Amino acid sequence: MNGAQDMGGMQNFGPVLREAGEPAFHADWERTAFALTLAMGFTGEWTIDMSRRAREALPPADYLASSYYQIWFAGLEALLQERGLVSGAEIASGRTLTPARPVKRVLKGGEVSAALAAGGPAERETGMPARFTVGDRVRTRTMNPTHHTRLPRYARNHAGEIVRVHGAHVFPDTNAHGLGEDPRWLYTVRFSARELWGEEANPRDHVHLDLWEPYLESA
Amino acid sequence: MASDTHRTHAHTHAHGHEHGEGSALDDTALRVRALESILIEKGYVEQAALDELVETYETRVGPRNGALVVARAWSDEGFRQALLDNATEAIASLGFTGRQGEHMVAVENTAELHNMVVCTLCSCYPWPVLGLPPVWYKSAPYRSRVVIDPRGVLAEFGVEIGEEVEVRVWDSTAEVRYLVVPMRPSGTDGWSEEALARLVTRDSMIGTGLALHPDALREEAER
Repeated sequence: MNGAQDMGGMQNFGPVLREAGEPAFHADWERTAFALTLAMGFTGEWTIDMSRRAREALPPADYLASSYYQIWFAGLEALLQERGLVSGAEIASGRTLTPARPVKRVLKGGEVSAALAAGGPAERETGMPARFTVGDRVRTRTMNPTHHTRLPRYARNHAGEIVRVHGAHVFPDTNAHGLGEDPRWLYTVRFSARELWGEEANPRDHVHLDLWEPYLESA
Repeated sequence: MASDTHRTHAHTHAHGHEHGEGSALDDTALRVRALESILIEKGYVEQAALDELVETYETRVGPRNGALVVARAWSDEGFRQALLDNATEAIASLGFTGRQGEHMVAVENTAELHNMVVCTLCSCYPWPVLGLPPVWYKSAPYRSRVVIDPRGVLAEFGVEIGEEVEVRVWDSTAEVRYLVVPMRPSGTDGWSEEALARLVTRDSMIGTGLALHPDALREEAER
C-alpha cells in the first residue's frame, strides 16, 4: 500500500533530531505498549508481517501525527479486534466484557530469554529454483498494490544488479494478509543513486534493498 | 523488576520529550494501561513476562554487544573474515542471537567505502547487537532522507565523507539486518579487545558516525 510508512525519498520533514543519552523508553506506557506487542506476538495469533500491515493501515495523516509507539499500539488494538481476542466495546470501555478464547501459547515469566534467543527466522526450504544469480541485471516491477508490500515506491521500475542471494524467505505480500508464507527467493539488489534519483546524485553512491523474486524481472 | 521505579523514572521523561501532544499522550497512556489489564485478565499475557521483556531491552541488550563484535573483528582476522562471510553465525559465536537478528549481514567500511543502514518502511534494526533503535532512527526525517541524500544526513551527524568515497545505503526491506563495521581508528595498535570496544559507538555501527579516536576517549576520561 502506498501509505505514509513508505517514506524513502520524501522531502521536507526537517533535520534528524537526536537526543543525548537517550533512554530505551520515554514513558511507562511505551514500555507497556512494547512489551504487550512482543508478548502478544508469541501467542501465534499473527505474524510480524501482519503487525506491519496493521500499523501501515493507519490513514497517512494519523500515521504521521503519531509517535512510534502510538503506531505500534494502534496496530496492536487493530489485530486484537481482528482476531476476536478483544472486542471493540472492550477497547472503548477499557474493561473486560467477554470471556477469553484459547490461544496457542502464552509467554510465561522465565521463558522470555529463551524465546527471544530463538527468534523467528524467515528463511524456508523451497523446491523452486532461484531465477536470478549474483551479477544478473534486473528491473523492479511497476506495481501499486493496495495490499502490504516491501518494495518501496522509490525503488519501483528501476534497473539494478543482484549482489547476494539469501535463500527463500517468507513472502510478506501474502503472509501479511493471512494468505500463507509462500516462500520466495530473496535477493540483495544494488541500485546506483543516479538510477534512483537522477543526475544530481553522487555518481559513486549506491542504495541496496532486499527484494523478493516476484518484485523483479530480467533486465 | 522494579516496576515502581520505572513508573517514576518514566514520568520524568513523559513530558519534556513529546511536548505539545500532552492530552493525546495522556489518552494513550490510559488506553495502554486499560488494555494491559484486559490482556492480563484474559490470560493472553503474563505480567512477569512483560516485565522481563522490558528489562531485557532496557538493561541487557544494547550497542555494547555490537561493540564487542566489532572489536573482535578488528583484532582477529579469522573472526573478521567469518563475520563478513556469515555474520549470523559469527555473531552467534559471541552469544548474540535471536529476535531481529535472525539473518545478519556485516558490511565493512574502508577508505573507499562508507556504509549506512536505514529502514525506510518501518524500523528494522539488529536488536541482538544494538538493542532497540533510537527515536531518530525510526523518525520520518531519517527514514525519508538517507536514501536520497545520505551525504546531507551524514553532514548533520558531523560526518564528512570525501567525494571520492562511495556511500552505500542498505535499506532493510526484508528480515535481513545489517551491522556496519566501522574503520579501526589509528593509534590503537596493540589495544585489547576490551579497550577497542570502548571506541565503537552505536552510531558507528549504523553508519551515521565513525569509531571514536583514542583522543576522544582521553578527553572523556579527563572531563
